Amino acid sequence: MIYFDKVSKIYPGDAVALRDVSFAVEPGEFVSVVGHSGAGKSTLLKMILAEDRPTAGSVFFESTDIHNLDKKQIPQLRRRIGSVFQDFRLLPNKTAYENIAFTMEASGRTDEEINSDVPHILELVGLENKMWSFPREMSGGERQRIAIARAIVNQPDLLIADEPTGNLDPVNTHDIIQIFKKINEIGTTVILTTHNKSVIDSLGRRVITMEEGQVVRDDKSGRYSI
Amino acid sequence: MLWTHVRRIVKSGLVNFWRNKVVAIASVFVITVTLFVIGGLIMASAFLNASLNEIQAKVDVSVTFNPDVAEADVLAVKQSLETQPGVTAVTYTSREDELKNFRELHKDNSLLIQSLDELGNPFGARLSVRAADPSHYEAIATFLEGKNDESGALVAPIDKITFKKDLVDRLIGLIDATRKVGLAVSVVLIAMSVLVTFNTISLAIYISREEISVMRLVGAGDNYVRGPFMVEGLVAGILSAFIAMILLYPAVIWVKDATASVYGGVTLVSYYLSNFAQIFLILLGSGMILGTVSSYLAIRKYIKI
Repeated sequence: MIYFDKVSKIYPGDAVALRDVSFAVEPGEFVSVVGHSGAGKSTLLKMILAEDRPTAGSVFFESTDIHNLDKKQIPQLRRRIGSVFQDFRLLPNKTAYENIAFTMEASGRTDEEINSDVPHILELVGLENKMWSFPREMSGGERQRIAIARAIVNQPDLLIADEPTGNLDPVNTHDIIQIFKKINEIGTTVILTTHNKSVIDSLGRRVITMEEGQVVRDDKSGRYSI
Repeated sequence: MLWTHVRRIVKSGLVNFWRNKVVAIASVFVITVTLFVIGGLIMASAFLNASLNEIQAKVDVSVTFNPDVAEADVLAVKQSLETQPGVTAVTYTSREDELKNFRELHKDNSLLIQSLDELGNPFGARLSVRAADPSHYEAIATFLEGKNDESGALVAPIDKITFKKDLVDRLIGLIDATRKVGLAVSVVLIAMSVLVTFNTISLAIYISREEISVMRLVGAGDNYVRGPFMVEGLVAGILSAFIAMILLYPAVIWVKDATASVYGGVTLVSYYLSNFAQIFLILLGSGMILGTVSSYLAIRKYIKI
């Protein structure tokens, strides 16, 4: 589903973020990417979202070379990918309902679909009572659950999560990871970056370890070891 | 779908405007200042034109005939003057009226009145010629001096042509310079206000740059990201036009009162009232364009992601 083909990313000043990275992610996989800060984990995800371009190599989403898409096709690609971030990145002036509805509106979904799907997805993440709350009125764990709801409401083919538990306590971390597992069980491919050893060990899924912009280990059923 | 899209963009813009009150107030404030400057310049231009016209109306070419010229000859000259290009009015004052005016003017000077009694009526009839534009006076004076008249018949009965060439030339220069300076000042003021507005709206959108990047990352297209910001700009522009129009009225009254001793002051208020719709439409149009175009330009660099 995702294929990195000898991807390098060098920022001005010869700062190497990725060096000759190649790996593939199959549909339905749950892949964790681990590594120290600056290892290149977030850069990998930025490449998938077409937020950044590789200096060399190609990134494919199915058979499409992401960085050969023209500007108008990029939103269509992003609608097939749900994304969750460490800092939640909710729209601060929109309620929980509106944050989720915005993603559906951007994908051209009808009002009827939005009216029926948003309450349903809020129920799924256990926040139906926070429907009309603004992000500032919610805790970190609640915000992250809204962000997940937003990411999955369009039933994406791929869910990418960049350090989603980085700002959460152990209880919320556990809950969030359980949600990711469920999402993966219904067939959505998940790529997760994290620092959290217990998360990786509890998942028992594929682990890609990165160091200084390179893939140094790729274990099918890995544990956290840096 | 297009209608749904537009409806969602408009709704989102209105909701954002309401929820980002501080930013909205700042935008409305700067656009109002710009529109007030534009409105003020429209009024200043009307005031300037009225003042110049008033001064212009005080200038004319005066033709005094010899006392022995028959009234019919004077009226013939009057008729031929009226056919001249640029002449707007020719006023005839008879010998008797001239005498009466002179007596009235110098009624306290008994010596002068006494000598006038002894002398009889020394005055000739007079024609006052007004032109549409001060630049025409020279041609009128030249015409009267017979230079443009092949027959030369016109020259003989005229005693004196009073044409203050220096004054007229200075007036033409003054009007010309005032208009040029006025235009330059207007351009500079409007440019400055537009820049300040653009910078404020850029700052407002800069505050939302994270929000814009999130919208892009969840798959919103350019128009869907840009649209609500442009609607916010549009609403700010419309509100500002109303506020600027309301603020102009007390300003006009103040200028009227301050200049009442010079111009009687009525012109400006009546100009504001009689051109209310026109001025409002100019401010409304400027406000809407300023708000939406500033938002459009300011958001460009943030939707590249």
